[in-house]
Amino acid sequence: MAEQIIFYILAAVIATFSIMAVSTKRIIRSATFLLFVLLSVAGLYLILGYQYLMAVQIAVYAGGIMVLFIFAILLTHKPGESAPSKPIAKRLLIALLSVGGLAFCTHIIVHNVSKVYSYSLGTTGSDIKYIGLTMMGTDKYQYLLAFEAISMLILACIIGGIMVARKRK
Amino acid sequence: MYELIINFLEGPVPMEAYLIVSSIMFFAGIYGFIARKNLMMMLISIELMLNAADLNFAVFNRYLYPEQPEGMFFTLFGIAIAACETAVAIAIIINIYRNLQDVDVEELNQLKG
Repeated sequence: MAEQIIFYILAAVIATFSIMAVSTKRIIRSATFLLFVLLSVAGLYLILGYQYLMAVQIAVYAGGIMVLFIFAILLTHKPGESAPSKPIAKRLLIALLSVGGLAFCTHIIVHNVSKVYSYSLGTTGSDIKYIGLTMMGTDKYQYLLAFEAISMLILACIIGGIMVARKRK
Repeated sequence: MYELIINFLEGPVPMEAYLIVSSIMFFAGIYGFIARKNLMMMLISIELMLNAADLNFAVFNRYLYPEQPEGMFFTLFGIAIAACETAVAIAIIINIYRNLQDVDVEELNQLKG
């Protein structure tokens, strides 16, 4: 009961702010609305029982990526200037296409997602020790290789980001 | 009326509700990616789409295979890859702004080293 009410509040927040984030004129406001959306998605992870995912979502997205976004906006944007959109006729066409795609997907979801799914709050999402062992193990259904690949990717991103953004002589 | 609301709110949240929320996020992202001309706005739209996909992984994991953690790990790695992608994209955008003093995609029509 309480879970359902919280879910519908979060769903309304996500729907409203994600549409406002792509349609508002000021780009810094758009980043703020994106922050609200990310925090609400963290709340949805908590309802689903994935506490660790909620922590990662808040730490990485709402903490790290949003700071990057805001500094990049401040660096690349003249204050007081609004970010232009395409002309109104084009925007209407794109909005029509998006709403059409949304209606199509919603139709498929409502008519084809079967009702026989089993919802249970297992222990898989909430046991931090289990998550750590799974991430560091080399057995079947364990993820050491993917973990190391991600760490190499992050290292490459650090070097690439510095190389691209540095001042050239 | 009261009983109707109580019955509606009974039990766990239906899976369709989560999927509809994430498809609203996804199509808002698609609209923003095509309709906005600023590179930062396009990046924000990409973040919306990635987040919708991540939410779908977690929801399918919880509702269809609640005893296995595969969807949750896919979401974790997806978040890490999204962070990398954003960092590199922002570095590129800052470099473009430094060279051309503009981040409007319709102005970016020359390749320049």
